[in-house]
Amino acid sequence: MSTLDEAPAAWQEQQPSGAPAAKRNWRETIIETVIRLCGISAVVIITLIFLFLLKEGAPAFMQVPIRDLLGVRWYPIEDMFGLLPLLVGSLLVTIGAVVIAVPLGLTTAVYLGEFAPPWLREILKPVIEVLAGIPSIVLGFLGWVALAPLIQAAGAATGLTAFTGAIILAYMALPTIISITEDALYAVPKEYRDGALALGATQWQTIWRVVLPAARSGIVIAVMLGVGRAIGETMAVMLVTGNAANIPAFGLGAWFQPVRTMTATIAAEMGEVAQGSLHYSVLFAIGIVLFLITFAFNSLATRFIGGRSRRRGGQI
Amino acid sequence: MMHLKCLHRKRPGNRAFLLFIGGVLLLLVAGCGRSGGGTAVAAETEQRAIQNKGSDTLVNVALAWAEAYRVVDPTVSIAVTGGGSGTGIAALINGTVDIANASRPMKDDEINQALANGIDPVEHVVAIDALAVILNLENPVSELTIDQLADIYTGRITNWQEVGGNDAPIVLLSRETNSGTHVYFLEEVVRKGEKENKDIFAPQTLLMPSSVGITSEIRRNPNAIGYDGLGYVDTTHEKVVAVAADSNSPFVSPSVATAASGEYPLSRNLFMYTAGEPTGVVAEYFGWILGPEGQAIVAKLGFVPLTAE
Repeated sequence: MSTLDEAPAAWQEQQPSGAPAAKRNWRETIIETVIRLCGISAVVIITLIFLFLLKEGAPAFMQVPIRDLLGVRWYPIEDMFGLLPLLVGSLLVTIGAVVIAVPLGLTTAVYLGEFAPPWLREILKPVIEVLAGIPSIVLGFLGWVALAPLIQAAGAATGLTAFTGAIILAYMALPTIISITEDALYAVPKEYRDGALALGATQWQTIWRVVLPAARSGIVIAVMLGVGRAIGETMAVMLVTGNAANIPAFGLGAWFQPVRTMTATIAAEMGEVAQGSLHYSVLFAIGIVLFLITFAFNSLATRFIGGRSRRRGGQI
Repeated sequence: MMHLKCLHRKRPGNRAFLLFIGGVLLLLVAGCGRSGGGTAVAAETEQRAIQNKGSDTLVNVALAWAEAYRVVDPTVSIAVTGGGSGTGIAALINGTVDIANASRPMKDDEINQALANGIDPVEHVVAIDALAVILNLENPVSELTIDQLADIYTGRITNWQEVGGNDAPIVLLSRETNSGTHVYFLEEVVRKGEKENKDIFAPQTLLMPSSVGITSEIRRNPNAIGYDGLGYVDTTHEKVVAVAADSNSPFVSPSVATAASGEYPLSRNLFMYTAGEPTGVVAEYFGWILGPEGQAIVAKLGFVPLTAE
């Protein structure tokens, strides 16, 4: 509030006085510098985080042979540091979450943006945003208390499985996917729709062939942010996936086995591990692997947006 | 205009700051008065500080004792550190601690070392640590030998049928690897107490972040098996398995009595060692630890108290 009050006041003060230009330039320089620093700080912080990860995690890559890191057993108190089960666990949960959240999120957004009557939209949008505000641990607890027994009743040996984690993560990613996709659809010019309808396309054809492709870059961002939230989520996953560092047999049944994710491993073990020990640096090495995966994923998505959608006018 | 606003805003801040400083000064004066009193009393009598070090299994109990004892006798200060039984015993041998905590008895060479240093270590059993193996109430299995438990937890047995239960897969539950209970179970059950045995938990073992995680999964999953400190088990909601050390030994249900007598195979005594018979404050402290108040704390932290027999 106060900055809003002060800005015009300062401006008014300066008008009558003789030399406003110099003073204004001086102020603008400061403001510009502050803004620039804020922009740069993000880059600097990310670089520092990565350097820190490298510094703490590097001993793991030096002291544990790569063959051991690619092993199938994770049992740190016996110096078994096979990362494969953790990698498989994270992948299963994340892929499951994407498969559930993306179609559900896109259809919800299309319904909200294209079909829903305005009064219903006014109700649904805020409710979805409330879903985004639920702390992840609460969703995790819900998964533990309500969802896991259902999955066990459906025939799994235990309700704490990769699938349980995937559902919880999907619901965590949904609000992001829905809101951003809906914004992207909203940004598609009305003329596109009018043009398609005028050519005789049905409403569905218009949406599928014109509106969705036009909003593609926004939709990709929506999915990326949603998945980004899913892959890094820790506490909820730790509660509902069972944390068994096991590589399930290949096939659909794999989702109904307990798994241990990389994030949950770091969270569960970092608290008690001796600082500077091999186990400690291996946990940081897991952090590096996670960082690289997200980095690769983001670069791919950015490239996808940059390459394809510019030609369509760069809408979002 | 802007400046005026700032001045107005600063005023209450100043007052609050003065109040804060005043408060800090008052606290400092009060604090000085109290600690001054304490040292005066300490000077009158002999030793008033107890150094206590050792076992990580026992460290939480030792900390809770030390904390509660401050209320009983505010003039005694007790410093508790962990580090492991070996660390504590080594410190006792070197004469740097008054009490060493240990989750195992002292070895012969440790006792000889101590005697060589002119220290006569005296053993006190202060609590009992017992692990209960728990099942869902619907599970028909009620007795298991250590060998069967080892086969189950290493994944050699994967179906309840093989130990006399239903035709259903076994769901293994364990604490996280950083828990002392996990390590105890690994050594005494999975490896059957054999030093050269290098078996580990089957990879499909679910590692639960807490005791509550294990009990609540046990309550809803008829195929699950887990273990927990005896003090945490509620027999109305979980079935406690009777365990036999081997096929020739009787099956024993864990209880305070069987744990204390050593009949139950998954129990161990927790010790405190002193250099010679304790005297003065240390003796008073031991009296309180072994009394009802100290043993109530043992029960509260999930261990088996000595007095409840």
